Amino acid sequence: MGAFIVRRLFGMILVLVAVSLIVYFIFIVIPGGNPAIRIAGRTATQANIRSIEVTLGLNHHGFFGFLWQWWDMMKALFTGSLVSYYDGTNVVQQIKEGIPVTFSLAIGAGIIWMGFGIIVGTISAIKAGQVSDRVITALALIGISLPVAWLGLLFRYFLAGEKGWPAIFPDGGYVPLTTNPAQWFYHMILPWFTLAILFIGFYGRVLRSNILDTINEDFVRTAKAKGLTSGRILRKHVLRASLIPIVTLFGLDFAAVLGGGAIITEVVYSLPGVGFYAARSISQQDLPPLMGVTLFGAMFIVVFTLIVDIAYAYLDPRIRLS
Amino acid sequence: MAEPLLEVNDLKVRFATEDGIVRAVDGLSFKLERGKVLGIVGESGSGKSVTAMTLMGLTRGVNAAFEGEVLYKGTDLLKISDSGMQEYRGNELGMIFQDPMTSLNPVYRIGEQIVEAIQSHEKVDKRTARARTIELLRQVGIPNPEARIDSFPHEFSGGMRQRAMIAMALSCNPSVLIADEPTTALDVTIQAQIVDLVNRLKDDFDSAVVFITHDLGVIAEIADEIIVMYAGRVVERGTKRDIFYDPQMPYTWGLLGSIPRLDRPRVERLHTIDGAPPSLINLPEGCKFRPRCPHAFDKCREEPPLENRVEEPGHLDRCWLDVDFKREHRDETISPGSVEAA
Repeated sequence: MGAFIVRRLFGMILVLVAVSLIVYFIFIVIPGGNPAIRIAGRTATQANIRSIEVTLGLNHHGFFGFLWQWWDMMKALFTGSLVSYYDGTNVVQQIKEGIPVTFSLAIGAGIIWMGFGIIVGTISAIKAGQVSDRVITALALIGISLPVAWLGLLFRYFLAGEKGWPAIFPDGGYVPLTTNPAQWFYHMILPWFTLAILFIGFYGRVLRSNILDTINEDFVRTAKAKGLTSGRILRKHVLRASLIPIVTLFGLDFAAVLGGGAIITEVVYSLPGVGFYAARSISQQDLPPLMGVTLFGAMFIVVFTLIVDIAYAYLDPRIRLS
Repeated sequence: MAEPLLEVNDLKVRFATEDGIVRAVDGLSFKLERGKVLGIVGESGSGKSVTAMTLMGLTRGVNAAFEGEVLYKGTDLLKISDSGMQEYRGNELGMIFQDPMTSLNPVYRIGEQIVEAIQSHEKVDKRTARARTIELLRQVGIPNPEARIDSFPHEFSGGMRQRAMIAMALSCNPSVLIADEPTTALDVTIQAQIVDLVNRLKDDFDSAVVFITHDLGVIAEIADEIIVMYAGRVVERGTKRDIFYDPQMPYTWGLLGSIPRLDRPRVERLHTIDGAPPSLINLPEGCKFRPRCPHAFDKCREEPPLENRVEEPGHLDRCWLDVDFKREHRDETISPGSVEAA
């Protein structure tokens, strides 16, 4: 177990290095990527641009120059001194401020999509082929197909007063949990469901097919031959085995959302989270925050991959961590 | 004659499939008394396993149709609802499956799975159930049961898993034990141990056993009465003696000829039955074995009834051939090549 974790930590560092290099490379290579040119403005002279490049530390050229610049940025990021090209705000500080919002969104939505996903998947597997299964399947496909941005706007339009109907929910914005828990909850309901609906449909479909596969396993027949009630067979034998693949999905999706991946939802509801920060930085082509947010997200993904592997070994005793 | 524990009368099982109706079991009858072992033999697809599962009520579904009766202590199990069957499964009828590798749930410890069976039928606390489980594991010959009770199935060998399955099947002291090819997936040396174990436990637990296999060598060890099935029907039925020493059905000869025997002269090659069992959707007219039978003649286009044609009253078969002709010619199939030598 110890050796396993050490090896995985080493792998995580490699992944983070690779991700940051790729992001850096893409940013420098894209046309108009050189932030010095943009900052200098339309009437800038070569000398202006040059001097801004020096200030930002972008005056190194060639392969090793590229690596050197990248290394400089990494150092600044991990010592917490990296600032935005655009407004000079501290990147780490900005991400920290966004974390409570993003975590509120991710955890609430995660609970909703996992819970409803299990309910939806189980019901449609039990009723496989019947009308209720068909209805659920249709709804699930609609849920998967709805663009999040559009769904969020629809919710706001009809439920948050934009159409002129009485507002049932507040129209975006964020109230910290520590300030007012009830208002926090009230403000989060629409974003949670907006984000969760896609996942509910998807998880429900995956679970449905897992359950239908598991039901034909020999050990389920054994459970039945023991005289167990069908409810107990479903809960203890079928669901337990069917949920194992879902755990992987959940680990990775949840990590992505925690890491600021719910960019659209955060933007639609003006939630000042990590994703919102990322969206703003993208529109400004502001490399330091983008680098910070990307690595923040990548870190969650690698950590949760590790957690999923450990959870797997717990859920299926045949798997050994080695 | 004692009141039979299990009595099956003209059982028919049909499944509706996309290709047509599968007549998996077509007119099976038998009586089973306490302390007796009924062997059911036949090739793959002869309806053995469907019979076993139907006795347990495990073949029910929207596409399955049943006829006839399965009387357990006088109650027709086919008429009991699926949830009503929960009282019988495990408790009155225990079942052992073919593949011990996949029949145990891989994510639960052996002990948990047996305790679960006990607690689903009896109101006992976990400690009592656990103590009983240890005792059961000891009875089925698992060494150091106090420690092994907490093993996972993948930590057991195939033979050990099958022992654990048997312990589970016997955990609630069922009157009837249904063993569906319990030795097929095991090594030969382990097979004999499992057969001995079932034989011994049957007496210890005072149960009756339905033992299903395609292996006549195994059936010879354990069965009192034998049913030979072919294409969902009984083609021959009799005591172990009848089947092994006076077989009447050419199909039975084929089965007998395909196993090596120590009580007959050694043969150069074992017999094989040509062809494959018929599709259960599209059965041949008349005798179902006719297309593969070396002795088929005109009359075989009409299906022979299952009836007594020999001196032994309980010995039934489905074959039109003359008894004397059969007694004269059957050794050509059962031990080919040794006839001249003998």
